[in-house]
Amino acid sequence: MRKFLLFSIVIFTGIIFTGRLFYLQVYDVSAVVQSENNAVKAVYDYPQRGRIYDRNNELLVTNQPSYDLMVIPKDVKPFDTLALCRLINVEKERLLKSLNKARVYSPRLASPIITAMTKKEFALLGEQMRKFPGFYIQNRSLRDYQIDFGANFLGYISEANQADIKKDKYYRMNDLLGRQGVEQSYEDILRGTKGVKYLQKDKFNRTIGSFKNGALDTLPQSGNDIQLTIDATLQAYGESLMVNKRGGIVALEPATGEILALVAAPNYDPADLVGRKRSKNYTKMYYDSITRPLYDRTLKGEYPPGSPFKALTALIALEEGVMGLKENVYCRGGYNYGGRKPLGCHHHRSPVQMVTGLAYSCNSYFATAYRRTINKFKTPQEGMDRWKEHLESFGLGTYTGHDLPSGRKGFIPDSKFYDRSYQYFWGPTTNISNAIGQGEVLMTPMQMVNFTAAIANRGYFYKPHIIKNIKGRDSIPSEYTEKQQTTISPKHFEPIVEGMHGVYTFPGGTANFLQVPGIDICGKTGTAENKTKIDGKTVQLTDHSVFIAFAPKDDPKIAIAVFVENGFWGSRYGGRIASVMIEKYLKGEVTQKHLEKWLLEHSLEEEYAKPYSGEPFRINQ
Amino acid sequence: MRSRFSKSLNFDWVLLVLFFALVGIGWVNIYSATYDETSTRAFFDFSNLYTKQLFWIILGIVLIIFILSLEAKFFERFASVIYIGSLLSLVGLFIFGSTISGATSWYNIGPASLQPSEFAKFATALALAKYLSDIQTDIKTLQGQLRAFLIIVLPALIIIPQPDPGSALVYAAFFFPLYREGLAGVYLFLAFSIVSLFVLTLAVGPVIVAAAVLLITGLLFLKNKKKRPSKSLYLGVIIVSALFAFSVQYIFDNVFEQRHRDRFNIVLGKTADTKDIGYNTYQSEIAIGNGGWTGRGFLQGTQTKGGFVPEQQTDYIFSTVGEEWGFLGSSLVLILFMALILRVIILSEKQKNQFSRIYGYSVAGILFVHFAINIGMVTGLLPTIGIPLPFFSYGGSSLWGFTILLFIFLKLDSNRANEW
Repeated sequence: MRKFLLFSIVIFTGIIFTGRLFYLQVYDVSAVVQSENNAVKAVYDYPQRGRIYDRNNELLVTNQPSYDLMVIPKDVKPFDTLALCRLINVEKERLLKSLNKARVYSPRLASPIITAMTKKEFALLGEQMRKFPGFYIQNRSLRDYQIDFGANFLGYISEANQADIKKDKYYRMNDLLGRQGVEQSYEDILRGTKGVKYLQKDKFNRTIGSFKNGALDTLPQSGNDIQLTIDATLQAYGESLMVNKRGGIVALEPATGEILALVAAPNYDPADLVGRKRSKNYTKMYYDSITRPLYDRTLKGEYPPGSPFKALTALIALEEGVMGLKENVYCRGGYNYGGRKPLGCHHHRSPVQMVTGLAYSCNSYFATAYRRTINKFKTPQEGMDRWKEHLESFGLGTYTGHDLPSGRKGFIPDSKFYDRSYQYFWGPTTNISNAIGQGEVLMTPMQMVNFTAAIANRGYFYKPHIIKNIKGRDSIPSEYTEKQQTTISPKHFEPIVEGMHGVYTFPGGTANFLQVPGIDICGKTGTAENKTKIDGKTVQLTDHSVFIAFAPKDDPKIAIAVFVENGFWGSRYGGRIASVMIEKYLKGEVTQKHLEKWLLEHSLEEEYAKPYSGEPFRINQ
Repeated sequence: MRSRFSKSLNFDWVLLVLFFALVGIGWVNIYSATYDETSTRAFFDFSNLYTKQLFWIILGIVLIIFILSLEAKFFERFASVIYIGSLLSLVGLFIFGSTISGATSWYNIGPASLQPSEFAKFATALALAKYLSDIQTDIKTLQGQLRAFLIIVLPALIIIPQPDPGSALVYAAFFFPLYREGLAGVYLFLAFSIVSLFVLTLAVGPVIVAAAVLLITGLLFLKNKKKRPSKSLYLGVIIVSALFAFSVQYIFDNVFEQRHRDRFNIVLGKTADTKDIGYNTYQSEIAIGNGGWTGRGFLQGTQTKGGFVPEQQTDYIFSTVGEEWGFLGSSLVLILFMALILRVIILSEKQKNQFSRIYGYSVAGILFVHFAINIGMVTGLLPTIGIPLPFFSYGGSSLWGFTILLFIFLKLDSNRANEW
């Protein structure tokens, strides 16, 4: 026994130690993570962000160097505080506060004093830097906008936050990433790949050399440039027309689905969200709940489409075979259904047929067509759902699938919706206003232009997209080159196109005065009633001015949808804008100077102020 | 008739190989722990710690040759002299000693410094072996126990106030030779009970410990009832244990300083401290854990390179092994140490001469206590007690102390054939 005590204790201890080592080294892996945090520092090298061009290769967005003033507190020697304050244009107290903060953070590590100085701000400071030991300048790259429009589809750059980092492991705190617009949609392409250098740290957090001799380090790869489908000239023109108005203009090339212009009003100068002024400007716009400049009305604004919807009502009626082309419908200033207040109409020639009905925008005609469509089926439920199917094939009531990060579905009601609202007791007359694009139907301007393009193409469309080319790859996502067929056979489109042509050409056509010599435009006016709530009371506001158009009639090069909030009747703002935009795009210049002049001179600010005035006001005047 | 030289080559090669393996591996790890990538110093610059250590190793080999060339009987004959000289060198520290990191444990000799407590261990071992092997000594008598105890405790008492309680603790190692030579088993039982009661009290509190003692003793009493056990003995055990448990709590709370309390609490897992006192252990565990199965590779340990583990070349050298050589490498080192200690025990048992056997057991005990406390501390199983890992830790005194300790035994063992 005495011989074996020490012997067995040694063996016992050895076993315990081996077990402990196994636990620490093999079983519990947290130490590896901990040690990487401890001892290895990753330093990132950020590549140049890809540039953005328009469809004619005009440079829209490039990069500018930006400069951060950094400080290593322990290296700071007494310096002329006031001189530095003057150079960087901050008060002394703020400078001292930043310095103190940096010292508290770490005397050995660099902290920023001023971030994102532009070249101009830096120019003064640069040559004086040697007077301020402990301070140095760190370069970064910021966006440099060559244009002062298009902020809604360009988006902006800001620092990654916790949520971004959680979503994508690529990002680290304070990395820059694209938000909104193409900066967000094509972030992966524009950002490139950052390079990384792993450095070995010591216990004081100082760098003592490269980690594993740089075996894991990578070089940065610059982002690819992208070309947008936007026509910068048209876009700029559109934005200038929309000054003092709210709403949107969307123009597409029907043959490809390329977005030529995406004008959201009001908009802002993209340069406002660059560098030091970004946060201040962003906050200001973010809290502007009245004009909502950050709210892209072209993609997110869900409006009742109004009369342009009649084109769809007509197409569905033709496809379902419930209206004859030559069939007369008499209209005496309204459409009577079931003894209730008639659905009103305006003065026009009567009777009307399909083509003239569209040209004169007769409510009675389309109410008839709608009612027959629904009644064709055994139950209104069946009819309603069939109707919705047709509309969905035009990209309505669903996402259009465009390549910008924001967007809404709009709304196309189905039978379930009315079953819920009316406890199964309803028919086509219950929701007869759907026939003329009022009622429950909602669309975004993007959806309106999309169905316009489908009509222009006589039956198909391509998903609207803003990407024309990714340089270096010379391709775009394949979903944008796939033809989307509607459920309406091509032969039914010709009368609709004729009717839309009549809107311009027929005497008494609703946009007759907007004709542009030399261009065969097809269009459709819309005057959309709308309501808002003031102090809990529903109040009707001045109608929205809506207009859709495409041109030329036989070989459409452009489809356009214009939506001007509270612009009253369709041809007033919407029609004028559509005409000059089409002419601008097709001819390169505007000959209809009187239209242009009228648009530039008229403002709707007064109209928009009415609901906020707190006083009773009159509408539609 | 063999020459004296060839006789001196007649030693245990296994021990020799183990010794050089440990010293060699130890130096490689010191090199890694003290290597500075950014340094432009030449290899043979003595401001490199690893160069210094290499120098101590070479001088250590000279020392080995010297020891092996001495007459084996020399150590037995001069044991008392060496012991007294060693005691004097320890006492002298109070007058001539210089203070390094809080402990007055060093003599400054030119550019180097010498730590006499490292040499007191083999001196004490020699003295104890000499005393116990004396024909007149009987370890079974109280007088014999007291004298042996005095030999052991004297150097420890001088070392404690330096202050270097870690080095003093090592003298507990002499319990092993005493026990081997016939110290009553009750001491072993007592020592074990005291340590367990101490740790348990700190871990779960005195009330539970007292209750547990009552329960266990009561059950034992009932089980042995037929043998008519002494009631007073059982009652005494219960009362003394309970008193001990409560006084441990009292001493812990009122006599110990906060830093001591902290060290215990960290090991017992009562406080999770990673910044102040627990920093060393925490960083050391991270470094070892970072090694994984096969380690980060020589000079590739990120914790080691970053110098996160304090005192990594001395007391925490094993964390370098752990990080750079992984589970496989550090297990190998454990096996080498165990092989060395077990080999010393086996050889001790073979000794015909009582002096050699007692000395051998002392060597094994000292090596074991150092090994167990050091690895236990580095892997976070024991509180922070700063003692070096034999043959591994940086430092000339420690290396030489252990070299002399081991090689005196090697010499004594080689002389085994001449004994009868």
